[in-house]
Amino acid sequence: MKRLNYPFSKEQIRELRVGDMVLISGKLFTGRDAVHKRLHDGTKPPVELKNQIIYHCGPVVLQDKKTKKYEVKAAGPTTSIREEPYQWEVMRDYGIVGVIGKGGMGPKTLEGCKQYGCVYFHAIGGAAQVLAEKIKSVDSVHWLDLGSPEAIWELSVEEFPVVVTMDAHGGSLHSKVDADSKAALKNFL
Amino acid sequence: MGVRQRPAKKLNKKTTKKVAKKATKKIAKKAAKKTTKKTDKNKALKKAIKKTAKKVVALPGLGHEVHLFNSIVELIRITSAEIPNDIQKVILEALAAEEKNTTAEYAMNIIKANIELAKKKSQPICQDTGTVLFYISHPANFDQIKFTKIVHKAILASTKKGYLRQNSVDSLTGENPGTNLGPGHPDLHFHQHTKNTVEIKLMLKGGGCENVGAQYSLPNNELGAGRDLDGVRKVILDAVQKAQGKGCGPGVLGITIGGDRGAGYVYSKEQLLRKLDDKNSNKVLADLEKDIVETSNKLGIGPMGFGGKTTLLGCKIGALNRLPASFFVSISYMCWAYRRQGIQLKADNSIQKWLY
Ligand code: SF4
Repeated sequence: MKRLNYPFSKEQIRELRVGDMVLISGKLFTGRDAVHKRLHDGTKPPVELKNQIIYHCGPVVLQDKKTKKYEVKAAGPTTSIREEPYQWEVMRDYGIVGVIGKGGMGPKTLEGCKQYGCVYFHAIGGAAQVLAEKIKSVDSVHWLDLGSPEAIWELSVEEFPVVVTMDAHGGSLHSKVDADSKAALKNFL
Repeated sequence: MGVRQRPAKKLNKKTTKKVAKKATKKIAKKAAKKTTKKTDKNKALKKAIKKTAKKVVALPGLGHEVHLFNSIVELIRITSAEIPNDIQKVILEALAAEEKNTTAEYAMNIIKANIELAKKKSQPICQDTGTVLFYISHPANFDQIKFTKIVHKAILASTKKGYLRQNSVDSLTGENPGTNLGPGHPDLHFHQHTKNTVEIKLMLKGGGCENVGAQYSLPNNELGAGRDLDGVRKVILDAVQKAQGKGCGPGVLGITIGGDRGAGYVYSKEQLLRKLDDKNSNKVLADLEKDIVETSNKLGIGPMGFGGKTTLLGCKIGALNRLPASFFVSISYMCWAYRRQGIQLKADNSIQKWLY
């Protein structure tokens, strides 16, 4: 088990390899379809994304009526491949060091990871409750006009469990498992 | 599953009251009109309400409306928050089978913890609470229209309470009314049976796993799959390989051999209503089910597609007749967050027993 603690850096990220189980502590920014589309269309991000991690997640967030405090009720990853056209640009233009999601991403993103020093972390799909418990606070929210699930939520997490499935050295667990299982299947047909 | 003791959370008191109030008001009004001749109007009205109050909820073939509403809300709550025992058992076996200190074991451990936590907090196991699929078995003279209306009310209430996420989107405008109601949502399947009881089964099927479902038309030249059982086997294994971990595996397959395209998919989901530990009464299909699970688990795809021993938790196959000209194999994939439950109703529409 490895640990990745805030503030994140390119050096830390380059040490990670496919298959590493990692507990992330620090800051995450949620961002899914609408955020990536808006960044792609040229709008500058409302927060400094350099050396930050983006989480593909549309959390269920409730606001306490009295204290106005936000609380995350569910926060599992969403399917990442939808951001495949945009993700590498966000790496290039804004210097993120990590992406968390589920299902893995394609060759463009893998190339981006290698070129700009970034990794893809796979969270456990469907584990909404466990992952919500790792979120210790909601620190700010931006672009709420996109709707709550699509907004950028700044979250503080502790020991957020993920697996590195694409690293900054061109390694992808997804293409490996895909190729191996394809080869294995041939033996059983 | 026998009788469960559940902490009955404040069950939609407000909404049930509303339903009851509305109904009583209507009938009370009618009754009041009839009794206006009497001198003591107030007295008569009170009497009428008392008299009709009992009738109000007694709908032909449906029994007590408010009870039915409560039973369905409770069914939704439990389905969303608790994995049935037959599935949890297989998940725990899969966890035990994975090698220690691997990503596969890591994933299964988190899945296990998530199941426990969701149950404890009575919160959705996964935030995608999925397509809401109801399967209702009922005796003759059952009022499906009234039943559907009550289901809609129960879904609204369950969405407000957070048992269901706002999960239904207009396909043309992209708008989400936040109600989980609309064309095709929820999806209700009525079925008349000879028993005198009403049984309601519910399945919540998430989008990620639905997306990796597949339908094949045999023969399939690319896969060398002909119109026989070996061809069927080939396309099923192809679907498993293509799905990788994308449907939040390890998952369960529901499969139909035959039928037309529509019936094939509908029936493949009905296979997912079978208990994981049941045995197919058709020997050929029973063998194929076993073979598919064993072979899939040799592919090394593993939980979440991280690599590992368990790719499938189960496989359930049914067959429908087909036309001589077509041969479809329809495959529905269910993720590990396998949410299905069922209830049998008492005569008064409260819950008699849980079906899984
Ligand atoms: S596939 Fe299942 S577990 Fe995964 S996100 Fe969808 S509903 Fe949840």
